Amino acid sequence: MDGALDLARVEAAGRGGLEPHIAAPHARDRLLADPLLPHAAIVDRARVYSTLPLRLDPAMDRPAVTPPVGASVPRVDGVAKVTGRARYLDDLDAPEAWHGATVRSKIPHGVLEAIELDPAFDWSRACVVTAADIPGRNVIALIEDDQPALVPVGGRIMHVDEPVALVAAPTRALAAEAARAVKLRVSPRPPVLSIDDALAVTQRLYADDNVFKHFLIRKGHATDDELEAAFAGAAQVIEGTYATSPQEQMYIEPQAMMAEWTDGRCYVVGSMQCPYYVHKAMKALLGCDADGVVIAQSVTGGGFGGKEEYPSMIAAHVALLAAKARRPVKIVYDRDEDIAATTKRHPSRTRHRLAVDAAGELIAIDIDVVMDGGAYLTLSPVVLSRGVLHAAGPYRCPIVRVRGRVVATNYPPHGAFRGFGAPQTTFAYERQIQKLARARGEDGLALRKRLALRSGDITATGQVLGDSVGTDEVLAAIERVAGPPPARTGRNAAGAPVRRGRGVCFYFHGAGFTGSGEQRLAGRATVAVTALGRFEVRSSSTDIGQGAITIFTQIAAAALGVDPAEVDIIDPSTARVPDSGPTVASRTCMVVGGLVERAAGALRARLEAWGRAHGQGGPLTAIARAHAVSAGELAETVTHTPPPGIQWDDATYTGAAYPVYGWAACLVDAAVDLDTYEVAIERCVQAIDVGKAINPAIVKGQIEGGTLQALGWAVLENVVYKDGRVANANMTNCIVPTFADSPELETILVEVPYPFGPSGAKGVGEIPMDGPAAAVANAVEDALGCPFDELPISPEHVAAARLRWDPEVVS
Amino acid sequence: MKIALEVNGVARTVEASPWKRLLDLLREDLRLTGTKEGCGEGECGACSVVLDGEVVNSCLVAAGQCDGRTLITVEGLASHGDVLHPVQRALVECGGAQCGICTPGIAVCAAHVVDTGLVAAALATGDEAAARARVRELLAGNICRCTGYQLIVDAIVAAAREVGGAAGRGEP
Repeated sequence: MDGALDLARVEAAGRGGLEPHIAAPHARDRLLADPLLPHAAIVDRARVYSTLPLRLDPAMDRPAVTPPVGASVPRVDGVAKVTGRARYLDDLDAPEAWHGATVRSKIPHGVLEAIELDPAFDWSRACVVTAADIPGRNVIALIEDDQPALVPVGGRIMHVDEPVALVAAPTRALAAEAARAVKLRVSPRPPVLSIDDALAVTQRLYADDNVFKHFLIRKGHATDDELEAAFAGAAQVIEGTYATSPQEQMYIEPQAMMAEWTDGRCYVVGSMQCPYYVHKAMKALLGCDADGVVIAQSVTGGGFGGKEEYPSMIAAHVALLAAKARRPVKIVYDRDEDIAATTKRHPSRTRHRLAVDAAGELIAIDIDVVMDGGAYLTLSPVVLSRGVLHAAGPYRCPIVRVRGRVVATNYPPHGAFRGFGAPQTTFAYERQIQKLARARGEDGLALRKRLALRSGDITATGQVLGDSVGTDEVLAAIERVAGPPPARTGRNAAGAPVRRGRGVCFYFHGAGFTGSGEQRLAGRATVAVTALGRFEVRSSSTDIGQGAITIFTQIAAAALGVDPAEVDIIDPSTARVPDSGPTVASRTCMVVGGLVERAAGALRARLEAWGRAHGQGGPLTAIARAHAVSAGELAETVTHTPPPGIQWDDATYTGAAYPVYGWAACLVDAAVDLDTYEVAIERCVQAIDVGKAINPAIVKGQIEGGTLQALGWAVLENVVYKDGRVANANMTNCIVPTFADSPELETILVEVPYPFGPSGAKGVGEIPMDGPAAAVANAVEDALGCPFDELPISPEHVAAARLRWDPEVVS
Repeated sequence: MKIALEVNGVARTVEASPWKRLLDLLREDLRLTGTKEGCGEGECGACSVVLDGEVVNSCLVAAGQCDGRTLITVEGLASHGDVLHPVQRALVECGGAQCGICTPGIAVCAAHVVDTGLVAAALATGDEAAARARVRELLAGNICRCTGYQLIVDAIVAAAREVGGAAGRGEP
């Protein structure tokens, strides 16, 4: 082989100036040229990463960043997003696509007797799909296959926004009109609309007891009597009941999906976190094998867990409509529909008792968590699992019992939302720890420092903590910046009298899947040098705004020893990327980033070996291009292997619940307006141990975004249900913090490296959501002198608690 | 009706219902999909455009109201098509865009308040905290769910410093 001439040209040209037949700057051109992987038109239109203009303004070009890991490299999709060129699902050019709409059940519980088409509507202008049109199984396959894609005639209606029929028409307006012309006959039944009614089994919704899943963790005792004996011998017992409200993810891009059938194969593109979850659900629904359906992600305008499971439902709907309409069909939810029908954070109720001895050491903790799972099981067992595994908190205690249940009700299913069960139980334990500090007259931070878990300590599940425990570092960071507490009384900017207080909290969050989850999942990722001589990362991890494609670029570049500009991230389509697992659970950087790092390292070693064997020296880019010219593509795929010593027993719920934890401390200064009872957050500091910040600006953005969602949940966000229906299903009433509602956020990145994460990194996506709500409640308690144990701490709650306030405040 | 309007410096004529939302006129008739729909009820600001020198939610403006008027959308912020507005560049450099769906609206609104000197005026007082509070007030009609706003405020302040007073880029 003699590629010398070609290589010289390749080298001289550099990126972007290559001969078109040797290297195209965008993966698009490669995809179109790839005969083995024919894509339907809609999927090709929706290419996410490969079509983003990485550089637009010459002023944005920077010299190579060295080293690429640890630097705040601008996002690779940044320019596309600030110019409006990034194309989300509803921006895709698809003039031939019809618009779909969903006919929903309208009653919280009952039986669907009949579906009738209003003869006054001209049905030749639209198509209708019902459960009878489903070729495979009428389920949204996830953990249990209990949720139908469409309620069949004669089937049971389990919540008010359950999909019953689908329509599609050439325009959105006509589709809406058609949907209104589909009439349902139903027999209502009494609904179950509270945790208490579910547990009392006023109606049987699931099994005999309406309990989707329960967990029991026991540490340091074998029987309930032993536990009670520990409480009986305590010097002091703190008890409380804590309630948290449902929370809407409120990604700004509503759910959106489009499907097209070509040559008997179904292509789905849309806004999603987990292409392979959708793939699994579609195989069951369509009754096809893995090749029968292709799922591709379009640029996704936020997820926060809200696009983890529900996209499978909408994918099912567009696929059925596209088959019937014989053309592409898209569904883009209205905001109102999105808020009403899609998943929320599970509301919860936690009873918590803790016992201390005379010296103030924890001797026993007893927790009972109940979450409202809504109408179907969906992801509730996993949400509950994470909730119970975090429930005892990051504290040393020899005896722990945690009982958890998630129950069935007639609300739309509650589901994944950043934190995934942990924010609910964190709120409870950090209120309890604060009450203990108050009862003992001990400084809150000092007490946490005294009781906190450190390396070598044992968690509630019996896990001996190894490396990367940032307890001392995060607590010291908060102590360092805390400064004097705010003036207790004064006036706010509006001139109203306020009462101020300070709250702290200390918390942890397990990174990656629970227990043996990562092992079962066995996620894979590929790094390749393509036939065109470019480095390419292939994984199913989606960028939903968290920066996945940028950090993967950095991680791969660092492991390969090349400039980040040499690395492309391929579009997540199930036809082109291996299953790296879902984009959830704070696992994208730590777990999949780790796979990318290993695959890149292996590829580098193979390329270098090939270079030595073929007399090709120079930088890796030169070897890669030489390989491309003479031997074509070279790809390395690696599969996740658990770090050594990680054992988990699902039967007893003991062992290493997570391979590693993030550690965090938060400080909040809050001011309660004594005229309006509004709680204003005047200061919020988070110190979070992330192992290693691959891209500090991106990590800071993740922490601040999660922190504000937590502050919103604490004081102003709420989903209000009335008769099983969301009563505030619009952005006017289902509020989230604006620029003006938000304090300046102070973020301290703490780096206690995790030896098995890429460059020492561990998860960061969820942890900032867990703690701040408790810190806010602790601050309001400090301000007003009475406890606040229910979220949100809205003006109504503050007003209702007015008689319990410190009399000094009221006067 | 026939609607004649200037969009990003280009005269356009569109045949559309006067009741059509300006947002749909932009996205469907002119294929300017940079302007996003987040809520359709004037709460989120993702559809912000500048109409005759004023930031409006294009989901709340009827197309019929736009005849003879001048519009700037996110596609019109970068001059000569490829030199980013200082606000756009600062958003990229500071990490002020995450999922990006709110970003066009924020870029339009922020560019407007920077170009009209409102941020520079607040910064001129020398009270950085007050200037940042002013930025938060000016942008309060745009919701972002990803960032916690901190890095966006950083970006807007940085861009305002770069542009200087109202003379920086001239009145829009």
